[in-house]
Amino acid sequence: MVERGTLSTGAEGAISERSLLSRVMAGVLSLLAIGGILITIAAFAYGRNAARQSFDRILLGAANDISETIYILEGRPVAEISVSAFGLLALAEDDRIFYSIQGPDGTVLTGYEGEGQTSALRAAQVTPMFYDSRMQGEAARFVTVARRFSERDFSGAVYVTVGQTLRARNAMALDLTRGAVVVTGLGGIALLLGAFFVIRSAMKPLERLTRELSDRDPYDLTPMSAQGPAEVAVMVRALNRFMSRLDRQVGAMKHLISDTAHQLRTPVAAIRAQAELAIEDDETRRSQRLERLVKRTRSLGTLLDQMLSRAMVMHRTDNAPPAAIDLRDIALHVFEESDHEVLAPDAEVDLSIGDRAVIVMADEISLGEAVKNMLANAMRHGEPPVTIGVSVERAFGHIWVLDRGDGPPEEVMKTIGQRFERSAASKGESAGLGLSIVDAVAKAFGGKVSMEKTGQGFRVTLSLPLQDEEQSS
Amino acid sequence: MIRATLANSLMSLAAIIAFTASGRAQEATEIFVAPDSTPDTVFVIRSTTDISIFSDLLEAFVRVRPTVELRYEQWGSNDLYADSREACDGQRASADVVISSGVHQMVDLVNRACASAYTSELTAQLPRQRMWRDELWGITREAAVIIYNKNLVANEEVPRTRFTLLDLMRRSPDDYRGQIATYDIEASGLGFLFAFMDSQQATTFGGLLEGFARVDAVATCCSAEIISSVDEGRYKIAYNVLGSYVNTAPHDNLGVIYPEDYTMFLSRALMIPKAAREKELAAAFLDFLLSPEGRTLLTQVDLIQESNSDENAGSDSTERYIPIDPTLLVAMDALRRDRFNAKWRDTFSKGQMP
Repeated sequence: MVERGTLSTGAEGAISERSLLSRVMAGVLSLLAIGGILITIAAFAYGRNAARQSFDRILLGAANDISETIYILEGRPVAEISVSAFGLLALAEDDRIFYSIQGPDGTVLTGYEGEGQTSALRAAQVTPMFYDSRMQGEAARFVTVARRFSERDFSGAVYVTVGQTLRARNAMALDLTRGAVVVTGLGGIALLLGAFFVIRSAMKPLERLTRELSDRDPYDLTPMSAQGPAEVAVMVRALNRFMSRLDRQVGAMKHLISDTAHQLRTPVAAIRAQAELAIEDDETRRSQRLERLVKRTRSLGTLLDQMLSRAMVMHRTDNAPPAAIDLRDIALHVFEESDHEVLAPDAEVDLSIGDRAVIVMADEISLGEAVKNMLANAMRHGEPPVTIGVSVERAFGHIWVLDRGDGPPEEVMKTIGQRFERSAASKGESAGLGLSIVDAVAKAFGGKVSMEKTGQGFRVTLSLPLQDEEQSS
Repeated sequence: MIRATLANSLMSLAAIIAFTASGRAQEATEIFVAPDSTPDTVFVIRSTTDISIFSDLLEAFVRVRPTVELRYEQWGSNDLYADSREACDGQRASADVVISSGVHQMVDLVNRACASAYTSELTAQLPRQRMWRDELWGITREAAVIIYNKNLVANEEVPRTRFTLLDLMRRSPDDYRGQIATYDIEASGLGFLFAFMDSQQATTFGGLLEGFARVDAVATCCSAEIISSVDEGRYKIAYNVLGSYVNTAPHDNLGVIYPEDYTMFLSRALMIPKAAREKELAAAFLDFLLSPEGRTLLTQVDLIQESNSDENAGSDSTERYIPIDPTLLVAMDALRRDRFNAKWRDTFSKGQMP
């Protein structure tokens, strides 16, 4: 199950990583393509405009050149058309030329007649008039300029119209467009290559992660190195958290099984021995044997309870999110439960809590189990009266159990709190197990367990960091 | 004027039709057909070039294209221009190829969208100044020269530049009165073009006109006539004669000068009319003219004159080409032409032939 999951995750990672690269590249490519098309259109518009402007100037230059040569001779306008005007127009090497000089009434004095002429001559009186028309069926551009005369024998405007076909303009526009497109295309290819390498290097950590994951032994739950960009590090840390939890739970399960086997072997063997003795012994001693058998069985029950409760605590501390809890509620709850009365019906238990809430972040059930174990230990090993109390000291909330006894001997104190204690277990008792639950709870919620002999007696304290206004940021 | 066809020629002569110069019509027509062939296509060339000069070339062409019946019409340049204008407007049947030495008229025809375009490897090799719009091509290279009668002009008086010609006319006007001839620019498109280009090139043109007036120079028509007149001694000197025509017949008394101040070169222009029926054939004819074989044939009849082949030719800087481009349209401008002609007429009015 786990193995298959891990492997398939690795394989999927590799596939999606490749497709991610190709998808990003496709995006970049289409962006560049759209940009290229837009630039081409813009370049063509620009090229056409530039060609139109420059060739319009030539046209106007030629028209002005021709109009300069007009003079009045014997009351008639006469033009001495210059070669330079046509030289200007010949700059557009392959374009055909139209020219026409018209008098004030529109009659053609010299030049071509027919197509390309306009009757709207008066519009050219002040500024040159450009217009598009056709020259023998071919699209052409024309300009008309006016030259006004106020001579003694002639008054009025003479109009010079010059036209040219569009070959050179179109060639220039295309040329400009082609240049722009070539440059844009080369830039686009460079950008594309750049984008490819940048994206690939940005995806390197992902690729490494994928490789590590797919190469990983499915039973290997050790953390992976969280190097690389923030996003990958977050992923790796989440993965590591998940794996360490899995590791803890697998460990807890292993511990539970081995503890259970270990702890149960002795009491079960003892019970079997008592039962066999009870069968074999004579009638008189049988009730005594049965009484021991019951005692052993009860002790085994307690042990089982504790082991299950410890397993539950281990499970909950890993799985139940901590919540704000008033330690006084826990103390009150344990106090009100009458469990201890079963163990020691005659024992006296007191409660010592203040009137202010002592809030810590913990799991209520785990904490309850821990305090119950503390109480049970005190009832079993200590001297009554026993007190359950809650107090506040600096940044810690304390929940403690005090008995009037001297506490365990020094050598026991040293080993106390380990997962289990052989001596206790062999005696069919379970102090070590109970304290190990307390210890586990304390560690799970960032607290600690302390044991001390005070003037009043022996006190076991579970301290947890206080959750108050300042700390709950 | 028209040479008879040669007996050893491959062509089978069909007809020589000569017309009088009156009216707008060809001066002569000749039909070229390859021997032993039954042509099925009529191919019409209208040209200002004398048939005798072109005949070898045309024979060579029909030999390559035996299915063609080539009808060659010889025209005067002004008539040819008018005819082509009318053909362009659809009023007359169009020729398949038009070749004219009146290059300005050809440029005008192309500018009026009367030509159709053609490109080939051979046309692409032409220099830009001998081609316009891929519709007009300069197929020859002919110099405008001064010719003189060797017997009538003393060696030290031979005018090698326009300046010496000018000096000659000023110094001894009586010796040359009525003895200097040039084209009548109103009758000849080529003559007008030469005169017009002269007026563009140098200020000597005004002086030349004045000189022509002083010696009562004669404006007359047609290259061949002028050349034979000089050879026969009717004129001592002729100015602006097409050099290519000088060597078409043996002229013992003729001296040829490539003016050393500048020599004008003309490229006869060829166009394929828009309305031509045999455009493919016309294009093939153009490619034939531009091919090495065609160029060799043109060189043989002096229609391509390489400048270094002549001892009188000046350095490159004195060569002036008449470019085939729109600037020649100025020569077609009606007002300008009228004024130019008026000035010319003014000069020659006194020297008009009796």
